[in-house]
Amino acid sequence: MIEVRDVHKGFGTQRVLRGVDLRIDAGEAVVIIGRSGGGKSVLLKHLIGLVPPDSGEVRIDGRAMGGLDERALIGVRRRFGMLFQMAALFDSMTVYENVSFVLRREGRHTEAEMRAMVADALERVELPGIEGKRPAELSGGMRKRVGLARAVVYRPSILLYDEPTTGLDPIASDRIDRLIRKVWEELGVTSIAVTHDMRSARRISNRVVMLHEGQIHADGPTERILSSEDPLVYNFVNGIATEAADTP
Amino acid sequence: MVRRVRDVVWDVGEIVVMCRDLGGSLRHRRPSWPDFLSQMHFVGVKSQTVVLTTGAATGMVLCAQTFFQFHKVKMDTATGAVVSVGMCSELGPVLAALMLTARVGAAMAAELGTMKVTEQIDALRTLATHPVDYLVVPRVLATVLAAPLLSIEAVFVGIVGSYQVGVRFLGIDGAYYLANMRRYTDPPDVVIGLIKAVVFGAIISVVSCHKGLTCRQGAEGVGRATTEAVVMASISILVVNFFLTLLLNRVLNPT
Repeated sequence: MIEVRDVHKGFGTQRVLRGVDLRIDAGEAVVIIGRSGGGKSVLLKHLIGLVPPDSGEVRIDGRAMGGLDERALIGVRRRFGMLFQMAALFDSMTVYENVSFVLRREGRHTEAEMRAMVADALERVELPGIEGKRPAELSGGMRKRVGLARAVVYRPSILLYDEPTTGLDPIASDRIDRLIRKVWEELGVTSIAVTHDMRSARRISNRVVMLHEGQIHADGPTERILSSEDPLVYNFVNGIATEAADTP
Repeated sequence: MVRRVRDVVWDVGEIVVMCRDLGGSLRHRRPSWPDFLSQMHFVGVKSQTVVLTTGAATGMVLCAQTFFQFHKVKMDTATGAVVSVGMCSELGPVLAALMLTARVGAAMAAELGTMKVTEQIDALRTLATHPVDYLVVPRVLATVLAAPLLSIEAVFVGIVGSYQVGVRFLGIDGAYYLANMRRYTDPPDVVIGLIKAVVFGAIISVVSCHKGLTCRQGAEGVGRATTEAVVMASISILVVNFFLTLLLNRVLNPT
């Protein structure tokens, strides 16, 4: 279970999060929506301890992450997998080296076991046999799928997705959505994604949280939120610009 | 001005924290052997050309200049001694370090900076890996080990070059050249040079890794981090060299 309690965060004079309270139970598939610059990615990075809150706290299964140093956070992060917006593959490594990175660092598996685990993870993201390729040889969609394979290969219990379909064509987006859904269903993980893509939000979540001006504005089952008549939610979901909603 | 001082103090604080993490990693974790070898190849082997060229050119020029001055007072054969002592304790380690800063320090800052802006550093952290363990430790170890070795090479080719120039082109007697070189070059001169090279290696790698890891967003951020790494490491080397010269000569060469 993940608990976010009254988290505030600012960068310079800009206050990004202004008292966020959120609780996510194990096994949920949550999508965080909201306008660009609204603090969605910052909130996601708080969950895994990449960004520390200015005040408030984040708890993972009751354990507070505040006050833990980088080394202590390593143990907590072992339970997380994260897919970054641009995949963040290590460009000096092959696909195999990327996907097997954690396995090699842990040193608990033989080379043959790692080969099998990497092959299984790549099979899961429908990219079998590309172990020898370099990230530069892959398309944007393939890079994200390799990033997903890297995130699931060590079987984390919580998966975070930072705008998983941004920059992809509709077909590639559809494939990523299906894979995220498949991973959630087959591995029974807690899935938390940040996205602007309402079609994607509908497909990969059973709960939607809307962040607005650094606070949770709406929170509930996917269909209820996406069909909400609350003006702010309605305008965002349907992409309607109003004079009040000027560009951030 | 106040802001610049604050930035420098902030930088120093961050470097101290990184050194603490570095020390913790070295005490508790075994460095990755393949990563270390890869960095040794990059820092040591691939820097040969630039360091050897610099060493040879410096030794030859120093020999010629020293000869032109000493010739006026009929001290031609002392040229070898001046070149040898100068190369061993000052010019060898300092110039090799400055060349390493330009080649290796800039590359380290740019590589780590690019990793930072493309979220690869964050990816490392989400993959339960401390960036200092994985990125900084192999680079620091490799540079600290490679710097004295490269310094020795620079000194050696500098002295060989100076001998060639002094004896073949300037007409200094070879036997006296070597005899005076051996007579006035003491083991502490060599030890001082090696200690300096180790310290400079640490400065180059720590400063460059720190600048890369704290790089700001975008291409401009990477460029700025690279420039700052080279400038900060170069200035640090020159300043630290002055104090090391005073300190080490008092300790190792008390006359």
